[in-house]
Order: sequence, then structure tokens, then C-alpha cells
Amino acid sequence: MTHASETTVPRPGGGFRIDLKAAAPFIALAVLLVFGALLNPNFVSAANLLNVLTRCAFIAIIAVGATFVIASGGLDLSVGSMAAFIAGSMILIMNGMGGDPTIGTIALAMLIALGIGALCGLANGVVTTAGRIEPFIVTLGTMGIFRALVIWLAEGGSIAMKDQELRALYRPVYFGNVFGIPIPVLVFLAVAAIAAFVLYKTRFGRHVLAVGSNEEVARYSGIPVGRVRTLTYVVQGLCVAVAVLVYVPRLGAATPTTGLLWELQAITAVVIGGTALRGGTGRVWGTVCGALILEVVGNIMVLSDLVSEYLIGAVQGAIIIVAMLVQRSMSRRT
Amino acid sequence: MGSGDIVLEGRGLFRSFGPVEVLSGIDIVLRAGEVHAVIGENGAGKSTLMRLLSGHLEPTKGTVAIDGVPCTFRGPVDAEHRGIVLVHQEILLAPHLTVAENIFLGREKRRGLILDDRRMNREAAAAVLDLGADIDPTTAVERLSIAQRQLVQIARALAVDHRVVIFDEPTASLTPVEADALFRVIARLRERGIAVLYISHRLAEVKAIADVVTVLRDGRLVAHHDASELEPFDMARLMVGRDMSNLYPERRPPPAAADIVLEARDVSVPGFVENASFVLRKGEILGFGGLIGAGRTELLEGVLGLRPSTGEVRVNGKAVRFRTVHDSMQAGIVYLSEDRKGKGLLVGQDLRTNLTLSALDRFRRGPLIDKAREWAALDRAITAFDIRTRRRDINAGQLSGGNQQKLLLAKSMLIEPDIVVIDEPTRGIDIGTKAEIYRFIAKLAADGKAVIVISSEMPELIGVSHRVVVMRGGHIAGEVDGARMTEAEIVVLATGVAAQAA
Repeated sequence: MTHASETTVPRPGGGFRIDLKAAAPFIALAVLLVFGALLNPNFVSAANLLNVLTRCAFIAIIAVGATFVIASGGLDLSVGSMAAFIAGSMILIMNGMGGDPTIGTIALAMLIALGIGALCGLANGVVTTAGRIEPFIVTLGTMGIFRALVIWLAEGGSIAMKDQELRALYRPVYFGNVFGIPIPVLVFLAVAAIAAFVLYKTRFGRHVLAVGSNEEVARYSGIPVGRVRTLTYVVQGLCVAVAVLVYVPRLGAATPTTGLLWELQAITAVVIGGTALRGGTGRVWGTVCGALILEVVGNIMVLSDLVSEYLIGAVQGAIIIVAMLVQRSMSRRT
Repeated sequence: MGSGDIVLEGRGLFRSFGPVEVLSGIDIVLRAGEVHAVIGENGAGKSTLMRLLSGHLEPTKGTVAIDGVPCTFRGPVDAEHRGIVLVHQEILLAPHLTVAENIFLGREKRRGLILDDRRMNREAAAAVLDLGADIDPTTAVERLSIAQRQLVQIARALAVDHRVVIFDEPTASLTPVEADALFRVIARLRERGIAVLYISHRLAEVKAIADVVTVLRDGRLVAHHDASELEPFDMARLMVGRDMSNLYPERRPPPAAADIVLEARDVSVPGFVENASFVLRKGEILGFGGLIGAGRTELLEGVLGLRPSTGEVRVNGKAVRFRTVHDSMQAGIVYLSEDRKGKGLLVGQDLRTNLTLSALDRFRRGPLIDKAREWAALDRAITAFDIRTRRRDINAGQLSGGNQQKLLLAKSMLIEPDIVVIDEPTRGIDIGTKAEIYRFIAKLAADGKAVIVISSEMPELIGVSHRVVVMRGGHIAGEVDGARMTEAEIVVLATGVAAQAA
């Protein structure tokens, strides 16, 4: 055994060995698509598929951020409330800016929204790392805080964009398209591409995986563990803000129920996508695929009469459990 | 050989994992009242043999027989029911539960529906006392020392009716004093007519406690011998298949009055070390000896910014303050943890990721990590450090202990340090690899770097160091060099008492 060298031991599988674990979510999505097409031909129409892609954009963008947090061994339950808080603040800021509505007004509001998102993430990160508190507890707390702030800002009602002109100007960000591809889809593809680049190609990404893999090893290797952890929450906050930028023009309002349970959908998407909840792996494209699976399942349920669409939550819940079971059985085999 | 009745035997045992045969045709006989040692390098098949005999694995070919009757174990629990218990090398206890709760975990004593804690505590205390230790059975395991945990683990294993007890490198994390206590436990087992299978790397202790020695090499049986016929030196030769007289490299003279590269003055690490001072010179190998818990690791971790500490640290004469280990790496000091899997390597990540983790800045092209250069570095490291791996793309956890240590060395050298601190450099490593690591340490010093070696293995400290600092109870107890650098001197300093029997 000790004397086995490259010449005597064959390389099992050779170079074109497919990583089944990484491919599983994509295979599941493909099966779902075929299944949907068989049930209802309308399912595979371009219009319907683009609609599905657009609708899953919010969760996909947020889940991409969650991939960083989870890959580093953390967890963020506050993203849904944070989305509502950022949306509410952004609308209030636009309402308060006055003057002639221009692209510049929207751009400024967007920048501020991104800043708020980054700060919310920073708060989660600093309290978690400097305070040495479980991220589950910290973000459970901030989840309540952000949600209450929205309700307080909205005085129990809803926060709507007052200026109809501004609304019209902002509308294309959700409803518009470029060469037939809806803008939200382009945004989430761009976010995923940047995230994949950062996670797989940069030092920060490598550090995220190392910290999630084993925090002590990372610390002994000279990695600033606290800073890396904190930054993953900032990335998460930025992703939530980007999702909000696309979400606000859809309804032009934020309500106390905006973003409700998004955190669970985001975590579901991450886990279905093959990122282990205990950290150390991160699969950005898997996460995107996971978000798509959630939306496609909902869409198929609406288009077919197999199961009442009121049971969407139950089906999504079942999916995450099945996904975990599949992952478990595959990691046993290797 | 022995005369007791044959309790457990393996006949013509083979075991393969996939296409790889790790055990080929092993015969072994365990007799009542006999201590049977199995020795061999890492990967020689010791653990596999042990797992076959304790029901953790089934042989691919061959039979295991109890009292001469062939049998198939349905798993370790089945083997336990038949009186074969295994004391694991790793501590497998629930840290938050008490000593008694751990000993009776899964076989709790009850009175009606309610746990009979009083009885369990009483019996646990008796069981631990029987092993020559006095531990309060209501103490949480997390508050025990490693050695005490090991004893609790042994007590737990012995709490079932047993005829065969298998020890898997039980002294790996014990100091000499604690190991002696364990040997007395084993001697008592032998007196009671129990068959003991003892697996170890430490040949001197095998010589001391074993009646019979079985040597494995590359999955094959090399020899059975009465222990009285073999000196540790012969055992090493049989294990490696070549002469091992040059385990330690030739000692170079210590640097006469070389510059002091690292100096610690009155360093205290709260709860572990008080007012420790030492100096390290260029080209020197400085050993740190002492019992486990004496504060050696904590002192060095405190100096290097891995733990909060107070006191003065100077590098090349300049006062420095390391707040994180990143700072000390910048200053050219690298620390290799004794806990390779917990603090040294990411066992779930591949070799390349591990190799470059501390030195990623050297593999950057703009914001990107240059993977091609990382792979090239891995190829160089595999050659330079003789890392034996079948593939380049496996996880670090799949390497053997010795190869993990070589990978950790390669990783640490990538930051091009001037001072290297190695904590337990050869723990759990086979003798062939040990020699390689000693040579490497000697070469570092010869190249003008300074090396600190923390070790609980006294022959190793004496074999590689120019000078040994001995710690006791969080203080520096003394320092030995030259002719005074003997096991006896070190034990006196480490324990604070003249060596009674050692």
C-alpha cells in the first residue's frame, strides 16, 4: 500500500469521471422539465419557461448569496425580512427625494439600497463573529428586527411608490427584456456568474470554503476567519439588495408580508443545489438550479391537476428532504 | 511460544478493498494470559487485521475462530457479545456526559423505568479505580485530561464480559508516566487470563510488555517471535525490511554563538503557562519536552499569536507583537500543529487546496488564483517531500498519517519560513517516514533555519535536538544539552521527582 506508485495503480475512472453529486440537481431539473412537458405541452412554451425563470429570479439571487454564507459554515435566516426592510426603505427614499423623476433618481435609490443591504449583512456578520454567537440565533434575532422595522415604517399598512412617473420609469427593470430575455433573468444570471467567479477563482472564495471546511485549520493557516465570515454575510446582504432592486418595480410596494418565508426557500435552493449545510462546499450553479426546481415544481402544479396548488409548500418541503436523502446515499457510496 | 489455551485465531486471512489487497494470508493466534503485539509500518495492515478480529470488517478469504470454532461476526457488537472488545485509538466519548454516563452509555442500569445513577456511579468509580486511577464518576468527560479520557474509554470497553482485549495504539497520546499506568492495567489483564492484542509503533514498549510479537509488512506476515528473542532494533529491521540503525540523522554540532532569531521573555498564557522564557538560535534545533498538559503547545501557540498571551517576544532582536498567526507567518515563523486533522489540514479538501492555503498570495494573478501554478507546486511537493499518493486529486483525509505530515510540511514550507515550529512531528507515523522527517528537520537547521520540536517521545527529542527545554505545570523546569541530554534527566525535570523506576 505504502509503495503503490502511479505506475502500478490504475487511475480509476480516468479523466472523464462525472461527479454525480454535482450533476444530481441538474439531472433532477431535466427530469422535471420532461415530466412537465409530458403533462402539459404548454409547459415547454417559451413564454411559460421565461415566466418561470423570471419568477424564480428573487429566490435565485438571494440563494446565491446564501451559498456563500452556508459554504463558510454559517446560516442567514434574516434574508426575507431584510428584503422587505430594504424594499420599504428604498421606496420611502424614492418617495422622499422629490424633484423630477429621472433615471438618476432610480440609480441613486438603487445605490442606497445596495448600501443598506451591505450594512444589514455587516450587522449580521459582526454580531456573529465578534459576539461569538451562533448565526442561527443572531439571524433569528435580526429576522424579527428587520420585519418589525418594515411594519413600523409602513405603520401596519403598505409602503407604495407615490410618483406614477417614477413607477413607469422603473417598471422595465422587472417587466422589460433584452432580445426577448427578461431583465430579471439577465440579472440573476449575471449575479450567479460573478458569484461563481468569486467563489471558485479568487482567494476570498478559497478562504470561504476553507473556513467552512474546518475553521481551526483555516485559523492555523493564517486565514482571517472572522473577516471572511463577516464578508460572506455582506455578500448575502448585497445579493438580497440586488433581488430587491428587481422586486420593487414588480408591485411598486412593500408590505409586512413582503419576502415572507424567502429565507426557507433560499436555504432549500442552496441545499437542493448540492451545497452541504455543514459548510466546506459551495455550488453556485447548483443553487441556481435548486431555485429553478422549486419554481418549476410550483409551475407544474399550477398547470396540471395532479395535486392541488395549495399544497406547493408541502411538495417543496418534501423535495428538500428527498434531496438530502439522495445526497446522503451518494456520499456513502464514495 | 505461549502455553495458554487458544482463544481467538485468524487463519489465512485475506482482505481487499476494491482491487487493492491490504492483507494477504495472515495467521495469528491469541492465547489466554498472553500479550500479543502486532507491529508494522503504517499501511502494513495492522488496523485491518485488528478490524477483522473485532468484527468491524469481514475477511475476503480465510476464517476467524473462537476456541477453535470458526465463526462469522455480524459486526462489532456481535464480537463484543462473544467477549472480544476493542479499545479505539481515538477518544470516542460524549464530552458533555459524565464518566459514569459514558461508561454505561447504551447499557444503562435501570431500576424500573428510572436510571439507577447511584449504582452506575458506584460501579464506574470501581471500574476506574480498578485501572489504577481515581476519577470522580460524576465529572463531565470534557473536563478530563486526554490520559484520563483514555482510561475511561478502557473502562468502558472492559465493562462488558471480555476474553480478548484489543488495544489500538493506546499510548499514542499518553506521556511515559501515564503509559506506565496503562501497562500495569495490561499486566493485570494478563494475570486474569485475558488474551491481549496490542498494536503499537513504539517498539520499546512492545519489548517491555509483549510476550509474542507478530510483524507485518505490506499486508504480509513477516514473522512471529517471542518478545524475549527480539530487541527493538531487530523489530524495526523486520518492519521496514532494511537496517534502521540510521533512524536519526548524523548530529551536527550545535551552532556555537549564532544569532538569536527568536526570544521569549516572561511569556504567560492565561490558564496554561506562566513566565516562560527561552531563546532560539539560527541553525539550531531546540526540543521542548515535558508531560502532556505541561503547556508546551500552549506556550508556542501563545508566542505565535494563536492564543492570547502576555510577555515579550523578539524576532531577530526586534520586539514584536503577534495578534494573529498571520502576523507570525509574515515574520517568517510557521507552526505545524500536533493535531494534523483538526488544525493542520482540511481533510475534506483536495491536496492542492491544502498545499497552497497559507500561501495563496503567491499563487495569484491579479484577483485570480492561478490553478496551473498550484498544480505545478503540488507536483513539486509530491516529489520533494516523497508524498506517496496514487492520485493527485484525492482529499487530504485519504492520505496515510505519514503522508499527511509530509503534505503539512510542504504546505508550511511554501511560505518560506526562517523559523519552523513542529509539534509532535511523528505522532502516529511509521518508522520509515519518521526517518525521512528527522532528516528533513536536520536539513532545515543545516540550511540555516531555526527549528523548534515539541515532542513527548524522549528518544526523538534526544535524537534530533541540540538542546531540550523541559516544561512542567506551565513553567519552564529546566534545560539540558550535550551529555546531560538523557531520558533520565528529562524525566526528572518533567515530573519534578527523581525517576523512581523509569
